[in-house]
Amino acid sequence: MSALEEKTKEVSEGGGFTMLFFIIGLVVSLIFGWVVFPELLYSQKKQPFDFNHALHSELVDEGCESCHFFREDGSYAGVPQLAQCVGCHEDVQGETEDEAIFVNEYVKTGQEVPWLVYSRQPDCVFFSHVAHVKTAGMDCQTCHGDIGQSTSLKVYEENRITGYSRDIWGKNIAGFKTHTWDRMKMDDCSECHVNLGVKQASVQTGKGACFVCHK
Amino acid sequence: MKIDRRSFLSLGIGVTAGTTLSPLPWKLTDDLSIWTQMWPWTPVPKDGEVSYVHSVCTLCPGGCGISVRKVADRAVKIEGMDGYPGNDGSACPLGLSGLQLLYGPTAIQSPLKRVGERGAGKWQKISWEAAIAEVAEKIGRLREDGKAHTLGCITDSDCGTVPELFKRFLTAFGSPNFMRTPSCADTYEMTLKLMHGTDASPGFDVENANFVLSFGSGIIEGWGTPGRMFRAHSAWKDKKVKVVQAEPRLSNTAAKAGQWLPISPGTEGILALGLAHVIIKENLYDKNFVDNYSFGFEDWKDSTGKVCKGFKSVVTDRYTPGYVSGITGIDSGDIEALAREFAGASSPLAICGRGQGSVPGSIHEFMAVHALNALMGNLNRAGGVSAVQRADYITWPEPEPDRVAQNSLKNERADGAGSARYPYTKSLLTRLPAAINSAEESPIQALFVANANPCYTLPDTEQVREAFAKIPLIVSFAAHMNETAEMADIILPDLGHLERYEDVPTPFGMNTPMVGLARPVVSPRKGARHVGDALLLLAKQMGGSIAKAFPWTGYEDCLKKTMGKSWTGLTENGFVAKADYKPAGWDAAFATPSKKFQFMSEACGHEGKTGLGAVAAEGDPKAYPLVLIPYDSMRLSGGAVANTPFLTKTVADTVLTGKEAWAEVNPKTGGKLGLAEGVHATLTTPKGSVRVRVHFSNGMMPGMIAMPRGLGHTAPDAYLAGKGINLNALVGPVADPTSGLDAAWGIRANLVIA
Repeated sequence: MSALEEKTKEVSEGGGFTMLFFIIGLVVSLIFGWVVFPELLYSQKKQPFDFNHALHSELVDEGCESCHFFREDGSYAGVPQLAQCVGCHEDVQGETEDEAIFVNEYVKTGQEVPWLVYSRQPDCVFFSHVAHVKTAGMDCQTCHGDIGQSTSLKVYEENRITGYSRDIWGKNIAGFKTHTWDRMKMDDCSECHVNLGVKQASVQTGKGACFVCHK
Repeated sequence: MKIDRRSFLSLGIGVTAGTTLSPLPWKLTDDLSIWTQMWPWTPVPKDGEVSYVHSVCTLCPGGCGISVRKVADRAVKIEGMDGYPGNDGSACPLGLSGLQLLYGPTAIQSPLKRVGERGAGKWQKISWEAAIAEVAEKIGRLREDGKAHTLGCITDSDCGTVPELFKRFLTAFGSPNFMRTPSCADTYEMTLKLMHGTDASPGFDVENANFVLSFGSGIIEGWGTPGRMFRAHSAWKDKKVKVVQAEPRLSNTAAKAGQWLPISPGTEGILALGLAHVIIKENLYDKNFVDNYSFGFEDWKDSTGKVCKGFKSVVTDRYTPGYVSGITGIDSGDIEALAREFAGASSPLAICGRGQGSVPGSIHEFMAVHALNALMGNLNRAGGVSAVQRADYITWPEPEPDRVAQNSLKNERADGAGSARYPYTKSLLTRLPAAINSAEESPIQALFVANANPCYTLPDTEQVREAFAKIPLIVSFAAHMNETAEMADIILPDLGHLERYEDVPTPFGMNTPMVGLARPVVSPRKGARHVGDALLLLAKQMGGSIAKAFPWTGYEDCLKKTMGKSWTGLTENGFVAKADYKPAGWDAAFATPSKKFQFMSEACGHEGKTGLGAVAAEGDPKAYPLVLIPYDSMRLSGGAVANTPFLTKTVADTVLTGKEAWAEVNPKTGGKLGLAEGVHATLTTPKGSVRVRVHFSNGMMPGMIAMPRGLGHTAPDAYLAGKGINLNALVGPVADPTSGLDAAWGIRANLVIA
């Protein structure tokens, strides 16, 4: 074998390894990026106790707004405060452990429940519920899905970097969505605003684009 | 096959390709951008229901109505309250930044007992029960020893339920020593007593005046009710009302005035008499008022038949424009022109009380200024000055002091107010330190201090601290740590201004009688109690006739019962005012012996005394060739409540740089002294010496140095302590010969390059 041939062989053998290492690198990083990274990025947090939306929906007359209401000044009350619950929950009802936790740890001590809010947006975003629900006539499901029919609260996944819920980015780590309520990122807001031809200027400032939501 | 360098390179390329094809870099970029734009440690107010609570700001005596915006239970913004009498939506920067006091670190959390040396700041937390029991036991011993009259009390006001509760406590206890912190209200009230014969406070119809002559009053520097004065000042600009400011320094008020008269400080009263001279000489005064409703204008015979010189003779004989010009430094032509302009206006208003009015001032100066209003008949009518009767809603039955208290109440006051020497003065707090220091045993053996900080605000701070050190028991009712609380033996923490109820009666300068309601905006902090409640607890603990004098279950109960039917209106509107109020007409307005307005008062002697020269500044002119004058600024709180961090941030670099204070001098004066802009210099007055930096300002009269009040705190507040110099430590009190009140407008000083 000539020196030249030997060299050629070495190259071709080395070429196989090169490919193998490329594939190893590719596969490992893909697995890391798609599977391990999301696991690392989000911490799993449990709500203070479980809550049955479906059960409560049956007992009220005005759907979601019975508890998640608008105040007189048009501002949105958000997650119910203890005062709203006390009417029925002054004493432990039923036998669930969650009910006992609620009454004993919160109702009796007068401490507000530190609910983890799946849909909390970053503080730089100005979002008006009344503009969407009352003025535009949107229903709750469009953004929040069927949470009202759920019988228990899912695990709250908190982004370790930003501190916001995974529901904002969406469960799908690639950012794909199938329902309107799968994601709550800026693009999702603007997509809808553009599609529906929403006035592209802020009511308060008169400025367009960013200033509609970022005051 | 061999693993070589290329294999690693391709591994790297594979990883790069894989990572790029995974969501990792894109998601991380997004998250990091969110993280960097919303640092998790940046405080964000909680979301919640927005509400407004109407209250009254009690950080200064101005009493502006405020609306506090709340989100859930947290107060987030203070605004001026629309529709509140006077300030009507306006507020000052101290009031606006009041939340920093509410949520700041200086609020006292529980009763404290001093354990270390006095003033060393070593405290032990004690329970309310223990604190009240200890105070009761100690002051109880004073009564047993026949020294009930040695209990003193210092507060910032003498009307309203809280000061009245203190007065009541002292009366039931047996002490006459209730003292109000000094201000120009003292001298104005005495002016009204002597000239109108009424026990009233002055009301200025600033909204309707159409010519304003201010003898050094800081109209937009915090004089009167700040929010109200801002509004009036803006309205004057719109209505083209001329403002003339006579003041040695170009203050903001002077800078925005139509005319600034740089006047030799302390000679303001002389200028007023000079103006009166021109007005009388040229027959420009209101003859109807002067002839029919005044006394002492012309010469008169007293009961012994002696002819006394009237105001007209005194003024025309002596205060010619030339003479006045020589003393005040104002051109005699300007004096004549100003007098004619003043007299030519239909509602000319003359006001005085330097700066924010924190120093009482000379009674003659105030009377001379008030005489100008009287000459124009501008009393008790639109655009003028009126005597506003003191609030009459507190109608508690007189307390019934027991025999110990009755005997004890016969003693003279420790400060000399109301004595044969100063019969018309109600309170002489500035005389108290000297009285204590000169006595072998302090005439005040126990002292209550509420809503006041005398160890900072009184002149000659060193002397005050020395006197306080001699008082065996000091009880402070401070909500926040301050210089006086530091000297206390026991602190019974009061609720902060946004945590408590309090009635705020007609503030100084307001021309309609009214009461405002300060009310809790947020739930009060747990360890503190309303000063009224603390006093009621103490009275209960004392038992006997003292406890009987306080039949209420708590302060809120007391306030509600006191206000009676007004309570509903008070809680609904935030204030009660008599909308149709009109001051008494000239025929019924005056309660002097002559039933007329008195240009001359026997209190000042008949002849010539009105014409006493300017009150001299303390110090030998040879050793101290310059004069130091303190000034007030809207950016600095010189009162009992110290600056908030926000307010200190607004102070200019030529006033305070880091911890260094600046002294303003005229470039001519500075040049003569060999100084330059920014150099360090030693400022010396008879009271002490400090290191300052020099700032050249053409807005200062030559021969003078100006420095602001409100800096140089020593109390443990990281935002304030050690910053600048407390002017009160450099200036001593100068007693007015008639009233005994502090009439100091400055002090002789020297400035030498350091």
